Amino acid sequence: MPLSAQPPASGEPYVLTASLDNARHLSSLLRAVHFRDHATCFATANGLRVTVEDAKCIQANAFIQAEIFQEFAVQEETVTFRINLSVLLDCLTIFGTSSLPGTSTALRMCYRGYGCPLMLFLEEGGVVTVCKINTQEPDELLDFDFCSTKVVNKIILQSEGLREAFSELDMTSEVLQITTSPDKPYFRLSTFGNAGSAHLDYPRDSDLMEAFHCNQTQTNRYKISLLKPSTKALALSCKVSIRTDAQGFLSLQYMIRNEDGQICFVEYYCCPDEDITEAEL
Amino acid sequence: SGVINTIAKLARACTLRLTAGKLYFILSDKVANGGVGMWCEVCQGNFFDEFQMEGVAPEHNEIYLELVPENLSRALKTAQSAKTVKIKLTNKHCPCLRVAVELPSLSSSSRIVTHDIPVGVIPRRLWNDFREPSVPDFDVSIYLPALKTMKSVVERMKNLSNSIVIEANLSGEMNLKIETDLVSVTTHFKDLGNPPWASEDGCQSSAQDRDLESMAEARIDIKKLQQLLAGQQVNPTKALCNIVSKRIVHFILLHEDVSLQYFIPALA
Repeated sequence: MPLSAQPPASGEPYVLTASLDNARHLSSLLRAVHFRDHATCFATANGLRVTVEDAKCIQANAFIQAEIFQEFAVQEETVTFRINLSVLLDCLTIFGTSSLPGTSTALRMCYRGYGCPLMLFLEEGGVVTVCKINTQEPDELLDFDFCSTKVVNKIILQSEGLREAFSELDMTSEVLQITTSPDKPYFRLSTFGNAGSAHLDYPRDSDLMEAFHCNQTQTNRYKISLLKPSTKALALSCKVSIRTDAQGFLSLQYMIRNEDGQICFVEYYCCPDEDITEAEL
Repeated sequence: SGVINTIAKLARACTLRLTAGKLYFILSDKVANGGVGMWCEVCQGNFFDEFQMEGVAPEHNEIYLELVPENLSRALKTAQSAKTVKIKLTNKHCPCLRVAVELPSLSSSSRIVTHDIPVGVIPRRLWNDFREPSVPDFDVSIYLPALKTMKSVVERMKNLSNSIVIEANLSGEMNLKIETDLVSVTTHFKDLGNPPWASEDGCQSSAQDRDLESMAEARIDIKKLQQLLAGQQVNPTKALCNIVSKRIVHFILLHEDVSLQYFIPALA
């Protein structure tokens, strides 16, 4: 059953068709935002965006631009649907998750529109798997309205500097406190757990620091349980940008290079837990 | 120990039948009521340098024991780097398989670690319960696809559904299917080949007159299939399954020195 010759069974055209030679380019990014079962997918001519939200406080977006796909065609301006992300990931990785050199799963995705299931055709080594995943009504999503003009502080770091820190965060602390400042301590991560407080400082002249634009001293706290899933995106990424606005909203943008060297982005937005805008040194 | 580990994964308790030439691990867990059946045959010559046994009586030179394979598996773990391993059936306070493992040591005298694994002796009057199951009158017999691929697919499908449908035809095609409210997934395998079965009495079996494209199918418990596949660490020399439509799937996995048959009944 050649992947490229899938006729629409009921005669209706597909509003979304996409082909990818290596399904891992999609599945690894989706795993980086997989902290709830459900996700909302948006397809436009620019590509695919998959959004996951929790507690009305945190939102993660994975962007896979059209150029990553071998074929990406959208017949309407925006195609939107809600889908079970756990099921989608199980289907995308049906042939296993280990990335053996030289083997990859080819993917073709088709969607006929509102009320129809998402069809996946996956092929590896001559074996074909066909998946039909039911879709739901898309949810209302949060709009963090985070644009570059409102950014107060911005830091770009090489991810390797943060990876250890994030994977060893003291989870007995309810919050992760992030301090960014033009003065010492420049960039500080703090936790307040059962064993005491822990502070991790990054000097502005560190090798890991790629850009440092801080206009004000800002200290904000975020629920650590909400931010912890971002560790997955951090693990995949080569660079991360950390931005805060005047209200203390946090934007983490991860630049991820896939197996073929192409760049994709994952971003996490988080509301502050308490508003502490004054310096707390 | 590889064989024991595989058996341990498939059965909590099973019957060990010892004959002069072979060891058999048998599980006949009320197949009629939905339990799986297992028959694993091992030539003692392939594993033991010395093998001595005396059965119940000269004309019934066999011993049947009830055994928890996990216990034997754990005992054999200590034998990974052993110089010698001796297994004896003893009856001190109760019947036991005594596994004596001689370990290498720095001093001239060696260390011996002994495990006593309790076993139950099965009386001869019950031996009939453990006869070799006959190959069922199947609708389709087909070689299995690469176990590694089958393992990955079944593992993922296990996350999505409790039951799986195996269907195959005499044109070498096999499909694995799951279907729930949320999702349906079908994996298509082709060009698998159908094993030639010589009919014993020369007459047509039910499989002979069959339309080559028509699928025989059975819906089985996905966990049981996953357990069987997970236990296969090494690729078998031959792997095939026989499907009796809507009744049972009979798997045969042949390695150089072990043959394993596994019966998974269809779900009601």
